[in-house]
Amino acid sequence: MGSRVEILNDDGYRSDGRRQFELRDITMDLSPRGTADGSAMITHGLTQVMVSVFGPREAKMRAQTLHDRAVLNVEVNIAPFSTGERRKRNRGDKRILELAASIKSTFEPVVQTALYPRSQIDIYVHVLQQDGGLLQASINAATLALVGAGIPLLDLVCAVTGGVHSTSPMLDLTTLEENDIPHLTVAVMPKTGNVTLVTMETRLHVDRFGDIFKLTCDAAQVIHQEMKRAAYARTRRLVDAMDVDSKSILLTGDNVDKDTAMNELE
Amino acid sequence: MITFASFAAPPDDLYGHGHRVAHPIDPADDRDMDIDFDDEEFVSGSKLTVPGETLTSSHAFMRGHGTYVDNEQVIASVAGTVERVNKLISVRAARSRYNPEVGDLVVGRIAEVQPKRWKVDAGGRQDAVLMLSSVNLPGGVQRRKLESDELQMRTFFEEGDLLVAEVQAFFADGAMSLHTRSLKYGKLRNGQLVIVPPALIRRLKSHFTSLPCGVDLILGLNGYIWVSKHVKDSDREGEDGFDAEAVYSNRNDDIDCATRTAIARVTNIIRALAAHWQPLTDAVLLEAYEWAVEQDCDVKDLLLDDVAAALVASLGGQH
Repeated sequence: MGSRVEILNDDGYRSDGRRQFELRDITMDLSPRGTADGSAMITHGLTQVMVSVFGPREAKMRAQTLHDRAVLNVEVNIAPFSTGERRKRNRGDKRILELAASIKSTFEPVVQTALYPRSQIDIYVHVLQQDGGLLQASINAATLALVGAGIPLLDLVCAVTGGVHSTSPMLDLTTLEENDIPHLTVAVMPKTGNVTLVTMETRLHVDRFGDIFKLTCDAAQVIHQEMKRAAYARTRRLVDAMDVDSKSILLTGDNVDKDTAMNELE
Repeated sequence: MITFASFAAPPDDLYGHGHRVAHPIDPADDRDMDIDFDDEEFVSGSKLTVPGETLTSSHAFMRGHGTYVDNEQVIASVAGTVERVNKLISVRAARSRYNPEVGDLVVGRIAEVQPKRWKVDAGGRQDAVLMLSSVNLPGGVQRRKLESDELQMRTFFEEGDLLVAEVQAFFADGAMSLHTRSLKYGKLRNGQLVIVPPALIRRLKSHFTSLPCGVDLILGLNGYIWVSKHVKDSDREGEDGFDAEAVYSNRNDDIDCATRTAIARVTNIIRALAAHWQPLTDAVLLEAYEWAVEQDCDVKDLLLDDVAAALVASLGGQH
């Protein structure tokens, strides 16, 4: 026991110097990448995930198309250099398929797929660094990428992990903590408080579950504020870039369609 | 936010810095999100929203695109600008795939050849359909479509061919049907395709423009732009206004070196402007082209970050 890292010391600090309910640094980058319709890179501490969204577009797998709504296709790629020990996982790996399936089931009730019959929406998740909270980072990044692609969502989906060390709950676990204590990941739609995903791979006492579940739902609200800020900043930037130019066109040229010009004069 | 496929985009400097968030924090910083529709300012400024934001009550207003109704509230489902037309509230996404409308001019690529129809990738949410009956066939505008035409559809359009067409109608599932029943439309050659986000293409009086540098432009409303060698108007109309050989030919004309450079310069300007999210019109492109020639910069240098920024600044500075 002596050589092991203390999960929570007597002063209430965790192994990386955080308090019990403190989240790690979050950065969100919504700049476009390549030909993706929407993309986002998110970091939670040392976990870094990049998501590209393509679509809605013509379904590649004709057999799986649905006549009344779009199909969500989630593919996860974990970079071999993302962990401490370098290991190449192939695409058929059970862990990866499970991760993809959880992301897919998280977004299925949120994305308004009924608006796009016979199409397909591809969500490609690239894990660049992992230090715990992989599912949480993937879901948050996928939400932002979907927003960036202009795909209608009922709400932003905010995910966060929580765990319990003996009796004290804590949030946003690192790999070190995830290996040691029981933990769960919760994805919440903050507006209604609906939960679209709860997953737990370890055993947790039923009395502790309620506390930690409520705590993660609260923490999701905090992440929601951050995601909203990032989405607003990105949207503002795009809209402003368009606006500056439309004004200058009005001054110089008469090549704008009358309707458009009228709208801008208003 | 500039992207050139070969290297990674720098982080968005507006949101580059992570800031530490301690939990729990006060949820009171939920300001400037609620939209007051009685506000005078709402009419003039562009109000932004993101998915999940309540816009108004569903009693007083009707929901439009980009919104949904839940619990008697109209809620945004996409990130973009809120628009109001009388009692109709809609949200226009800042960035999305192409939303076709009847009469739009689009540039597309043949994805598949099917019985009596071609499937065309035109940047929409499904492949567009070009029926054999909506193309002009060799032999005249009013010619009947024979069974032999069905058997030789690949002599008109093959997989991978580029074409310019007009949106004719929609199918029940929202897929668009195209037609090329005009001499302006048809197969494309002698040029290069650039794809930009469709929001950047404004509706213009004419989407066929030609720049004085010997380059023709077709600005497809789906964000596909065709940049090609200038064709004289007199050459375009052959016998009877329709020359089958020329219209469905797969062979490029001779393009001289100066024209090739001009085409490459225009495509790089389009890429640079699109990376800075500048709306593209013929006037803007002409101005940008003149700037590029004036600066005497190499064609490939236009893709460099600082040159592109200077280009955008020069456009903004003149107005």
